Amino acid sequence: MILVELRKLVRRPRTWVTIGLLDALPTLVAILLAITDLGPRAGTGPPFLSAVLSDGTLFPLAALGIVLPLFLPVAVAVVAGEAVAGEAQGGTLRYLLVRPVGRTRLLMAKLVSVIAFVVLTVVVVAATGYVTGALLLGDQPLQTTLTTSVSGSALSATEVWQRTGLAMGYVMISMLGVAAVALFFSTLTDTPLSAALGALALLIASTLLLTLDAADALAPYLPTRYWLAFIDLFRDPILWRDVVRGALQQGAYVLVFLGAAWANFTTKDITS
Amino acid sequence: MIRTQGLTKRYGSVLAVDEVDLDVREGDIYGFLGANGSGKTTTVRMLLGLVLATSGDIELIGQPMPRAAAEVLPQVGALVEGPAAYGHLSGRANLALIDAAGRGGTRASRRRRIDTVLEQVGLDQVGRRPVRAYSMGMRQRLGLAAALLRTPRLLVLDEPTNGLDPQGIREMRDLLVELHRRGSTIFLSSHLLAEVEQLCTRVGVLDRGRLVLQDELADLRAPTGRTVVLTPDVDAAHALLDGRSVLHGDRLLVRGTDAAALNAELVRAGVRVAELGPERRSLEDVVLAVTDPDGVAHRGPSRVPARGEAA
Repeated sequence: MILVELRKLVRRPRTWVTIGLLDALPTLVAILLAITDLGPRAGTGPPFLSAVLSDGTLFPLAALGIVLPLFLPVAVAVVAGEAVAGEAQGGTLRYLLVRPVGRTRLLMAKLVSVIAFVVLTVVVVAATGYVTGALLLGDQPLQTTLTTSVSGSALSATEVWQRTGLAMGYVMISMLGVAAVALFFSTLTDTPLSAALGALALLIASTLLLTLDAADALAPYLPTRYWLAFIDLFRDPILWRDVVRGALQQGAYVLVFLGAAWANFTTKDITS
Repeated sequence: MIRTQGLTKRYGSVLAVDEVDLDVREGDIYGFLGANGSGKTTTVRMLLGLVLATSGDIELIGQPMPRAAAEVLPQVGALVEGPAAYGHLSGRANLALIDAAGRGGTRASRRRRIDTVLEQVGLDQVGRRPVRAYSMGMRQRLGLAAALLRTPRLLVLDEPTNGLDPQGIREMRDLLVELHRRGSTIFLSSHLLAEVEQLCTRVGVLDRGRLVLQDELADLRAPTGRTVVLTPDVDAAHALLDGRSVLHGDRLLVRGTDAAALNAELVRAGVRVAELGPERRSLEDVVLAVTDPDGVAHRGPSRVPARGEAA
């Protein structure tokens, strides 16, 4: 069933359109930066963007930083919100279930396919970032350059590669919470749009509450709280605290909402 | 093949299906009749484990549902409330996906099985066109093809001729007869009496959630013990038969089953006979009688205890 879901994912034109759109923004940013040579001042704008003008190897990270706050979660919410509700709306859910595909198995396959989408998107964005960064921005050959870490010390090329890999992994993990929430909503409704919007509402609320001092007590539980912790992977030494907390928190979101999705979906009357 | 006992589904205060005891035997073409909203689809969905019953037991191919769904459903082909497919894929790709999604039906034989069912339903010439470009009738055929993929022992079909043109309906009927001949039991839910009358060997009638009738079609349509006479000399015949006949429209209904003797008697008396034969009730008569809106006129030779009338 997992293979079937993955096949559906990659054979679906929309998957690629979404990834293409997601990819377009960082590419546009890279082109603008290359043409104008006007980077944001250090400490402002999306993370790493101020550094990429002198060092194109950081552009994959900058690209992830650009899509992480909004584009990527929106895409994940749409894909995960579609997972079950889309099948319900199209009527194919009942045929899958009488095939028969166990409801738990179907839910797991859907989760795996959403995760595959996240991985695929992050990899494509980072790879495109690498190519555009190398072509348009950094002019020094990679091997001889020492990249400057966020803390100011120098990182070797291997270190940059490793930490970029870690950062990509962390960004993927950061999306799990949204995916689980959207998947849960997807089992509640027969309209994919409502499921995606429900998950987005949660994200927007979370982003908003994070800016509010009065909501400080809630902050550790908000799903977007630790998203930008991937920057910490580029400090010297790596500042693990928020990264670990972020990963644990996302794990908790997955556990709770996937559990709720399972409890709801396995006992639900399928009337679509 | 299908047995339910006291099958009940309640949505809040609404009783959608009320104590239904279905009995579909191996080799039946069972016609499940009922008006729209009578609970047919809910019943079908409960049989297939999509909707969970409030109470009652379901047995499909000898095993309890929905508990044994994983073993039972691979032997069942189903068409529930219209076909559904992924619009951006071809019919063939859709069949391959649905077949790969579950157990029963090996990968090695998939291609051949898909070719076979596409030919059976007459979609073998469609090629790579995506389903989104299919007509309603083609989608219906594709849905049936999906149901047939694993040569099921039991076919559960909900309104299978919906959206088909007369030619398509005829082909569908021939196909079902052929499948039945090869050993599939068919459970066909429909609101089209004519369809059921032409095709089915047994019928069950659902009225507002209750099974008000379940019997062999042949028994339901057995001669009533009267003979129908069509004659231009109605008055003469009526007078001759004196008390043995009732006039019903332009037809004379005569008590007794010996049509030959009656014919001789009429002709001897100079009454011209245009048509003459045993009276049989149509399925429509039977169904209308048991689903009488007042719930009073229960004249059908039902073998189901007369629960239907209580409402």
